[in-house]
Amino acid sequence: MNSSEVTRDGLTGVRPGREALPGAPRPAGGRARGDGGDGGGGFGRRSGRHRRDEPASYYGLPVINAPVWEAREIAGYFFLGGLAGASSLVALGAQLTGRPVLARGAKAGAAGAIGLSLVALVKDLGRPGRFLHMLRVFKPTSPMSVGTWIVSGYAPAAFAAAASDLTGILPAAGLLATGGAAVLAPAVASYTGVLIADTAVPAWHEARAEMPFLFVASAASAGAGLGLVVAADDEAGPVRRLAALGAAGELVAEYLLERRLEPVVRRPYTSGKAGALLKASKVLAAAGGAAALFGGRSKAVRIGAGAALLAASACTRFGVFYAGMDSAKDPAATIEPQKARLAREHRVPG
Amino acid sequence: MELSLDHLLNDPAATADPAGGSGWTEHPPRMGFFTDSSVCIGCKACEVACKEWNAIPEDGLSLTGMSFDNTIGLSGDTWRHVAFVEKRDDAGDFRWLMSSDVCKHCSDAACLDVCPTGALFRTEFGTVVIQSDICNGCGYCVPACPYGVLDRREEDGRVFKCTMCYDRLGAGQEPACAKACPTESIQFGPLDELHERADRRLAQLHEAGVSQARLYGRDTGNGVGGDGAFFLLLDEPEVYGLPPDPVVTTRDLPQMWRAAGAAALSMAAGVALAFLSGRRGR
Repeated sequence: MNSSEVTRDGLTGVRPGREALPGAPRPAGGRARGDGGDGGGGFGRRSGRHRRDEPASYYGLPVINAPVWEAREIAGYFFLGGLAGASSLVALGAQLTGRPVLARGAKAGAAGAIGLSLVALVKDLGRPGRFLHMLRVFKPTSPMSVGTWIVSGYAPAAFAAAASDLTGILPAAGLLATGGAAVLAPAVASYTGVLIADTAVPAWHEARAEMPFLFVASAASAGAGLGLVVAADDEAGPVRRLAALGAAGELVAEYLLERRLEPVVRRPYTSGKAGALLKASKVLAAAGGAAALFGGRSKAVRIGAGAALLAASACTRFGVFYAGMDSAKDPAATIEPQKARLAREHRVPG
Repeated sequence: MELSLDHLLNDPAATADPAGGSGWTEHPPRMGFFTDSSVCIGCKACEVACKEWNAIPEDGLSLTGMSFDNTIGLSGDTWRHVAFVEKRDDAGDFRWLMSSDVCKHCSDAACLDVCPTGALFRTEFGTVVIQSDICNGCGYCVPACPYGVLDRREEDGRVFKCTMCYDRLGAGQEPACAKACPTESIQFGPLDELHERADRRLAQLHEAGVSQARLYGRDTGNGVGGDGAFFLLLDEPEVYGLPPDPVVTTRDLPQMWRAAGAAALSMAAGVALAFLSGRRGR
């Protein structure tokens, strides 16, 4: 690689190597820089991507790598996990206040939802056969590890509660399992909000203060929705009120979340597929919550309200999921807030 | 010994000495890369050497139209990526920026924090490495990385990234990319030494009038506690596809868990309220 010559006076034509200066002339004997021109007009024009009026990025490519998760499995799990968690709370409430039909439906719903969740979670692993590797450590620094242990405690309790209620075997143990599931249920419903907020995806991380609230409100909507569908006629009072609380919580949390974000980070929440899903979720939550509270004794209205709330919750989860995917692919969402932060705090990049 | 989450995540002593903070009682000095883009000639020898040594599969043979960059970016199948930027300034002068990107081996590494299996670990050299026989491909580290380094290898299902040639380091060798670099744009060594060398180089360039020269990832006070692989750049970081102010998001984890705890309690309270309010029998 080196063209230096050995002479009596030592080496000549030695290249400066790692001490070379940009624009410095080459050593004697070499061609002067610029001979033959550096870069024709064609090359220059292609660099139009870096005009000063445009925000700089590397060919418009994302800065961070987007999640490799599938919407059906992961957004689906967020919905099902929330549904399971809220249903377990409803089940305990219904059992303690003497609403057996509601209790049985909620327990069955919780067990079914968490069962499907486990299938979705294992399926989304790159190596499903290694899913038990999650259980070789407990890492408080990893929301996924914490969540795995929460669900590992919750799922057996939810299964046992449902099995005991449906078969009538061991009612005392069934009550204990119902209670155990209900204790872990709020954690099941809320940790997923931390899981996605603890990433470099701007639309998720910047919303970290509101995300767990949005997720538990969405979970409450879903659990109340299922309760409205399965309850006997004279049992629905509490789930009507929970439906209104959940729907209102979902609307308020979403509003606060969007309000706090900078426009470039908020954009995916209000446009494209995610924007459409979140709009649908707001309409469904408002309609479902109102119908649940003021729908009177009509069974059809009650079941319709329940279905609307379940759909609202699913739309919220898929909307948030797609908003994050969009945000990760947008270099401006990563770069602009970081530059603004540097300017605000008078720091230099790096 | 304190065992709070805040201590686990934000202990200054562990940031200053990542290997020691991870439990290595006697360990070699922290090793790193200093990539000086001012002498990079864009030959991609680093990309090739990395692929060869680590037996990384082919990552696509597309022509992108992005100058001489057909590699696109770091991924499970690309652990060194040479960026090519063609710039013409207002005076019409043409500048060609080239820089070889790599895993930053952060002092506070988000990928390492969020890995639920313990597949990612801190080596005795202070670097961050994935154990391929443990990784189950959950993919959490992929969006956790503020630099977009890690990705899943689709046909395999697991995540892969630069190991700073852990096998070569163990045998007293330098990483393949640094070994192959013909201009010593990629320099490998104890991080302290590289910091000194980079500071001298920056002063030299500033003295020569190259005012755009700046170090990136050198500052131990940055959002990831300083990088084990840092750079000398000749333009803003985002021009090279690097984040201007990367942050390890787990830094905010205690705050996020507090929010989740409050949310969980309000959910339980909401359900209790729904069952305890209202007239009896409704």
